[in-house]
Amino acid sequence: MTAKPTAARENILKVSDLAVSYGGIQALKSVSFEVKTGEIVSLIGANGAGKTTTLRAVSSLVPYTGTVEFKSKSGEVLNLATVPQHRIVKFGLAHSPEGRGVFPNLTVLENLQMGAFSRTDKEEIAQDLELCFASFPRLKERVKQKAGTLSGGEQQMLAIARALMAKPSLLLLDEPSLGLAPLIVAQIFEIIKKINSEGMTVLLVEQNARMALKISDRAYVVETGKISFSGRGKDLLGDPRIIDSYLGGH
Amino acid sequence: MTTEDRVARFKSLGSIPAPMAAIVLLSLVGVLLDTSANPYTQFVMLLILTNVVLATSLNLVNGFTGQFSLGHAGFMAVGAYTSAWLVTRPELSGMPDLVKFLILPIAGGALAAVAGLIVGLPSLRLRGDYLAIVTLGFGEIIRVVLLNSEAVGGARGLYGIPSAQAVPELGLSPFSAQFLVASVWSVITFVVLWRIVHSAKGRAFLSVREDEIAAEAMGINITQIKVRAFVISAFFAGVGGSLFAHSVKYLNPSTFTFTKSVDIIIMIVLGGMGSFTGAVIAAAIITVLPEMVLRELQQLTGVDLRMVIYSLLLILFMILRPSGILGTREAPELWRSLRDFFQRRSVSEKPQ
Repeated sequence: MTAKPTAARENILKVSDLAVSYGGIQALKSVSFEVKTGEIVSLIGANGAGKTTTLRAVSSLVPYTGTVEFKSKSGEVLNLATVPQHRIVKFGLAHSPEGRGVFPNLTVLENLQMGAFSRTDKEEIAQDLELCFASFPRLKERVKQKAGTLSGGEQQMLAIARALMAKPSLLLLDEPSLGLAPLIVAQIFEIIKKINSEGMTVLLVEQNARMALKISDRAYVVETGKISFSGRGKDLLGDPRIIDSYLGGH
Repeated sequence: MTTEDRVARFKSLGSIPAPMAAIVLLSLVGVLLDTSANPYTQFVMLLILTNVVLATSLNLVNGFTGQFSLGHAGFMAVGAYTSAWLVTRPELSGMPDLVKFLILPIAGGALAAVAGLIVGLPSLRLRGDYLAIVTLGFGEIIRVVLLNSEAVGGARGLYGIPSAQAVPELGLSPFSAQFLVASVWSVITFVVLWRIVHSAKGRAFLSVREDEIAAEAMGINITQIKVRAFVISAFFAGVGGSLFAHSVKYLNPSTFTFTKSVDIIIMIVLGGMGSFTGAVIAAAIITVLPEMVLRELQQLTGVDLRMVIYSLLLILFMILRPSGILGTREAPELWRSLRDFFQRRSVSEKPQ
């Protein structure tokens, strides 16, 4: 990862003063961070810190205050608060939700096709489907199987592949390690690394801080609705504050 | 469109079949029975087709889009009364009879669709049980409005609603003509809804049922999809109402109570939420059951056991087969699983 120069890159996502309330409870107080093109950026933190809420706010799945600036596929910088939620995918931001969110009664193929729902370029969708099967041979084997019958790891692969079918420029991944065996988690993180090396910018939310920091260029620590600190992934791995709170002591 | 596209489209149409074949078969039987069957059997057959339309259309909302509407009888009432009111208008008297009755369901459906839009727009932003409550209220409002509208007979209702007359030029008796209208509309309902649900864009309905958040993350405008499902469903409920009005020939607000909505829900719950085949099968069973079986039972015992038996059926299904007869499966899958089942049996029966 050290080989990747990050300084010269442009922001693809710039979040400032993001705040979200559920009813009377303020889940996010003031969250600001940025993601540069080509990076893997992680938001790590404990349960209920506001990581998932941050991700949901970025793709307008929950109402928020603050600004979310996103550089769309065509290069213009959009204020996502002014874009209708269902059009955000079209501009190049795909979100793979927490708990995988595959459509259990649809087949693997149908799930992937749903990923391309916002696209109209039929031929390229067909090409991308082939590419997708090339990188996820497991899914090709199960193409006609209902997604609900897949194993947890396969479902997570499907959720990532489905998000990629939208042909995004920024991929949001919410807890891809959730409920998976360590061996499978390692596989999933290999996949994320590979996707990133092929040029995809990734914003990752993880409770598995060690795995996330290992593959991340940069990371932000979310604590009770705020960013408490941030740094380069490998620096944070050695940071005593992180080791104590998130990596299970020494 | 290239030839390949056309072939592909034809092939995908070919997968509609089994349940539709059943409807067509029923239609043929209906025409053949014409001279031999008694008027009561004929009436029940008309009712089966009406219920097929109602159940299939409710399935779009409750089965395929995963919402819970309790107001189908309301939309049905709108269609029924619209059609019954329009049929006596002098403006339509010049129209050939068969054409008139083929077109009337469109009018009933259109008004029901408007009602669907009015109810759906504000309420479909709600999630879960709230929609059930709103639609329940809507159904009651429609009924009470009808009860208090002298123009449509108020509590007395509408009597002697005309239905399709014989068409000697086509060799159709009155019943054949009525049956033709009902068959045509059952097939239209079936094909249109099937095409919608199985089209690439129509899969959006299913995805809303499967996982709303994920569907939203895919860039689907879920409120719009729900409203769309609701309006289309209301349209065909109106069509069903129109068919109902001209087969029963008598409308009364008390027909369209909450119980009527529940009847239709029972059809799709028993048949399988999200299965066309199931809806058609269950619509037929639930129509014939009270008319032919429960009536005998009632004469025998002197008590109306309909609701008791429905409740028992529902409870038994919820315990033994919560997904309904077919779940989300369709006829082709059913044949496949039946075949697998018997193959497995024959394998296991072989001596080891």
